[in-house]
Amino acid sequence: MTDLAVEVVGLVKSYSGVRAVDDLSLAVPPDQVTALLGPNGAGKTTAIEICEGFRRQDGGLVRVLGLDPRRDGRRLRPRVGVMLQDGGAYPSARAGEMLRLLAAHSAHPLDPALLLDALGLATCARTAYRRLSGGQRQRLSFALAIVGRPELVFLDEPTAGLDVQARRLTWEMIELLRESGVTVVLTTHAMDEAERLADSVVIIDRGQVIAAGTPAELTRGGAEGQLRFRAAPALDIDQLRLALPTSARVTERTSGQYLVEGQIDPQLLATVTAWCASNGVLPEDLRVEQRSLEDVFIDLTGSELRA
Amino acid sequence: MTASSWRPGLADRRRLPAVAELRPAPGAAPLSRMLAAQALLELRLTLRRGESILLTLIIPVGLLAFFTSVDVVAVDGDRVDFLVPGVLALAVMSSAFTGLAIATGYERAYGVLKRLGASPLPRSILLAGKILAVLAVEALQVLMLVAVGFALGWNPHGPAVPAIAAVALLVLLGTAAFAGLGLLLAGTLRAEATLAAANGLWVVFLLLGGVIFPLSRLPEGLQTLGKALPTAALSDALRSVLEAGTGLPVGDVAVLVAWAAAGLSLAALTFRWE
Repeated sequence: MTDLAVEVVGLVKSYSGVRAVDDLSLAVPPDQVTALLGPNGAGKTTAIEICEGFRRQDGGLVRVLGLDPRRDGRRLRPRVGVMLQDGGAYPSARAGEMLRLLAAHSAHPLDPALLLDALGLATCARTAYRRLSGGQRQRLSFALAIVGRPELVFLDEPTAGLDVQARRLTWEMIELLRESGVTVVLTTHAMDEAERLADSVVIIDRGQVIAAGTPAELTRGGAEGQLRFRAAPALDIDQLRLALPTSARVTERTSGQYLVEGQIDPQLLATVTAWCASNGVLPEDLRVEQRSLEDVFIDLTGSELRA
Repeated sequence: MTASSWRPGLADRRRLPAVAELRPAPGAAPLSRMLAAQALLELRLTLRRGESILLTLIIPVGLLAFFTSVDVVAVDGDRVDFLVPGVLALAVMSSAFTGLAIATGYERAYGVLKRLGASPLPRSILLAGKILAVLAVEALQVLMLVAVGFALGWNPHGPAVPAIAAVALLVLLGTAAFAGLGLLLAGTLRAEATLAAANGLWVVFLLLGGVIFPLSRLPEGLQTLGKALPTAALSDALRSVLEAGTGLPVGDVAVLVAWAAAGLSLAALTFRWE
């Protein structure tokens, strides 16, 4: 037995010769929110579906609550809640019927009516699943995952496609779950979600873990400050480099987005604005800040779009 | 749990669960509760789908009424006495094969089976729930067809009690044979292919099944093929019981048992849940 809620060591899974998960290891502590963060196609869903027992790995060890998700599925399923990325309900079943069905599978379920209310679904309890909006389906799917009062829940992109309010509401519920002692593993490609919710973040790319830690640990990576601003693209930044101390680095991250990294002090700020003035440029969105999780992510995974 | 222990949410009238309510309390429900919940929902959904009402109730009753009233097919003996057992076999096939296959195929495509497979529900209970719902629909079909049959002058032969027991046994056997075949399609083909195959085979089984005209009207080769299929075995056996009053024919029962054994075990081996 292990004290970890989920333990994955050296996980490998290929689909027709392509490695979706490539020697991935994870350690999820209990009673926390762990976010698997990564671009589309990074292998997050594959990894999580192996932990849920839906797929068999080609290699590596997986332990969920100390059990083997495939061999011990029957013992594990009552203890684990699963939110699929999409679908998962009878198309003609009403939202309330579907939730009551899942509640009837568990010994001590939450009250379905109250859960619908908490997720803002009370008004569509009698609406057929196929007539629910995308956001309503997402929230129903979330409710289906937690109605059986599991000790561990896997949420695959719980807020994908949600509007701002529904997203906040889902966040609120995830925070409540955590306070209640439920271990939460979620996947997301939204940095702010991981930053806001997660006790620990695991960044996954091309089937591998490329960084892991608390959001603070990950963003502390660059202990120095940053100064960023927006201006016309392709300004002559060499000139600015000459004016700044040699320890400072200047880059144009994406077209028209400039970033100065280094010891950000009043003197440096004055130098940057003076350079802007001499170029007749008004910097917009000028701000001094710490690295965000997004910077860490872009630094680690590269900024190019993936097919 | 009481509603009062849930506290109001932020900035709206939603009530959020108290932390204590969400505290983990895992555990599977008793199997009987799961089975009842599955069977009742499956039954409600079947009766809610217009196409399944058409397939399982309207078409069989319509065929019985039409071919009883219109003299287009020559049968030996009284038309309604011939037709009631045949249409009963068709009704069982419509529910346990075509209806079950199409619904299950789409549930697989929509991830319903995957979702339910991640809950404490054992797969055997999921399937048992489906079969119970099919049996409940069949009970409704039998009641309607028997009522319409009597209204059209149907006159079953032989003593009532053994006949009812024999019909019940044959319906169960037929259900097992057709459900095995339906689940075999639904568990291996895409949903669209299952839809096409289940409807296509429904027509083939109807034509080669001795449902509205006797197999003896078909050419020799088709007769032999028809006799090996479950629909003809079921319609012939029901006719022996209800029209001839001669009890269960061993040959037909053997055909049904063979289809049930082959279909269910192949389905169990090949069924893919997603």
